[in-house]
Amino acid sequence: MMASLLSLLNDYTLQNVMAGAALLGLISGVLGSFAVLRRQSLLGDTMSHAALPGVCLGFIIAGGRHMGSILVGALVTGALAALTMLLLTRLSRLKTDAALGIALSVFFALGVVLLTHIQGTHNASQGGLDAFLFGQAAATLRADVWIMAGITAIALTLVAVLWKEFKLVTFDAEFAASQGMPVVWLEALLTMMVALAVVVGLQMVGVVLMAAMIIAPAVAARQWSRRLESMVTLAALIGVAGGVLGALLSALSRGLATGPLIILSVSAVVLLSLALAPGRGLVWEALRLWRGRRRLRQQQVLTTLYGLAARHEDPVFRSEQGLIDSYHGLRTRTALRKLERRGLVEWGEAPPGEPGPSRRWLLTPAGRAEAERVLASLHEEGA
Amino acid sequence: MTLPLHEPDLALHVEDLTVSYHSKPVLWDIDFDVPPGVMAGIVGPNGAGKSTLIKSVLGLVPTVAGHVRLFGLPYRSHRRRVGYVPQRSSVDWDFPTTALDVVTMGLYGRLGWLRRPGRRERDEAMAALEQVGMADLAGRQISQLSGGQQQRVFLARALVQQADVYFLDEPMAGVDATTERAIVDILRRLRDQGKTLIVVHHDLQTVRSYFDWLLLLNVRVIAQGPVREVYTADNLRRAYGGQIALLDEAGRLAGEGDAS
Repeated sequence: MMASLLSLLNDYTLQNVMAGAALLGLISGVLGSFAVLRRQSLLGDTMSHAALPGVCLGFIIAGGRHMGSILVGALVTGALAALTMLLLTRLSRLKTDAALGIALSVFFALGVVLLTHIQGTHNASQGGLDAFLFGQAAATLRADVWIMAGITAIALTLVAVLWKEFKLVTFDAEFAASQGMPVVWLEALLTMMVALAVVVGLQMVGVVLMAAMIIAPAVAARQWSRRLESMVTLAALIGVAGGVLGALLSALSRGLATGPLIILSVSAVVLLSLALAPGRGLVWEALRLWRGRRRLRQQQVLTTLYGLAARHEDPVFRSEQGLIDSYHGLRTRTALRKLERRGLVEWGEAPPGEPGPSRRWLLTPAGRAEAERVLASLHEEGA
Repeated sequence: MTLPLHEPDLALHVEDLTVSYHSKPVLWDIDFDVPPGVMAGIVGPNGAGKSTLIKSVLGLVPTVAGHVRLFGLPYRSHRRRVGYVPQRSSVDWDFPTTALDVVTMGLYGRLGWLRRPGRRERDEAMAALEQVGMADLAGRQISQLSGGQQQRVFLARALVQQADVYFLDEPMAGVDATTERAIVDILRRLRDQGKTLIVVHHDLQTVRSYFDWLLLLNVRVIAQGPVREVYTADNLRRAYGGQIALLDEAGRLAGEGDAS
């Protein structure tokens, strides 16, 4: 196993694929963080689908599968789709989601039409163009990797240089504008850089699954981080790890598509993060809910005992189990046991000569104090 | 480049300002002046254009007509003299950052391009947090702050701007009584230092005690001037129009005010 892994890592093609996947994870993790925080997750989806007509136009204009013109084409139509979406929301009464949906479907439909047109003209080198739908990582050349590295470097430099501007525009665009920042340009730049990430992802995961690459690492990272700095860093790491893992899995399994495996790897991290992240995860949330309910149940039982004692003007009034159950309409033995363990109630003897069960529940002095505290805090909240 | 001064003795001078949204006027021909060193309230019914007025003064929404001067100059030429507290609900408080970091954002404009906030900015932000009584919570996630605490953070972010004119959009909306008192105290202290405060406010009951200058707004200017002269039952009725319940309440309040 180890030996086969090592020989795999020496494989030239796999090196290219892994480098490309890592670069894709890096750029989409960083830019996706901003997109997700700006609630523009779906913009990535629209722009990646809209890259398809650009790919086809690049192919037609260059007269073949020429990487440079295909990438430029993807960049142009992706940006055009974003612009269309912006104009639609500005000039019409359409809401953002509808505008995104319209831009996505129109551009993607156009792309599919162009794709079938190219296939219909029986161009000899048409083979592999439909690979841009779902990606074809194995076809990644060293030259492609260099292009991807260049684009990633540009995007990361911009983010580093304009860090505080991007942060403020993402958090509070109006305040940024009131301080004189060119908010429209900064937002446009952030959006256009998503198009750069899409271009990097074309070869690896294709236009259909690219949106997941933008959204997933950022969503996962958000679960674990308390600052934008750590979120962006973590999203980049998750993206890189997911990319490399997907590439390796695909190489080991022989024949399973790399792009979807990358997306699945990253999605696994998302699911884990959504479930487990401390403070924000679902498991954590459920645990907190359950704990809260249990504590509330105990408090209710305790105040019931307190109320009974008060009504009988006997601080050590002894209540039967059945009586407490009927007060709450359900079984309270578990809650009472827990309270007993906390030293708040006692499972004492019934008063001599009284009919009924021989053991009863009564409050301890600590239990009385606790019940009074609970009741007082309830009154405070009510006020 | 020197610009000719226009009404330099006024902290804020708004003339003929009109703003429309989809051909429906939101603000119509607004003339509005605020002298320096007062705490001015902008009051009016829902949809009167109160927030829009502040935003158009700050150049955040496009205007159809009119002009705005701050101490005689357009806003663009001296942003550093202006502080802004947007509505608390205008941002997503689930953003991953701390209270201190949000306050530091108030200094980004002064820092300019490429420079990053350092120790000096950090200390200034801490001092502002202390002023609003939030120093203990400087490192707290903003999503874990209560509404009142979030409002204080926003106020601190404006305080570090060290401005001469502050625009505040409903700073007392949805905060507890303690926070409201604290905010009013801070605003009064600023006014006593000679700063000008222009506050969008929604609670008619507190207008007389909080403000010394008042603009009653309902798309048009209903009345403006010293609060004693403007806050009358008649003016309130004209501003709030058909809102009957409010009208009675306002009439009663203004009546009480006149008697005292």
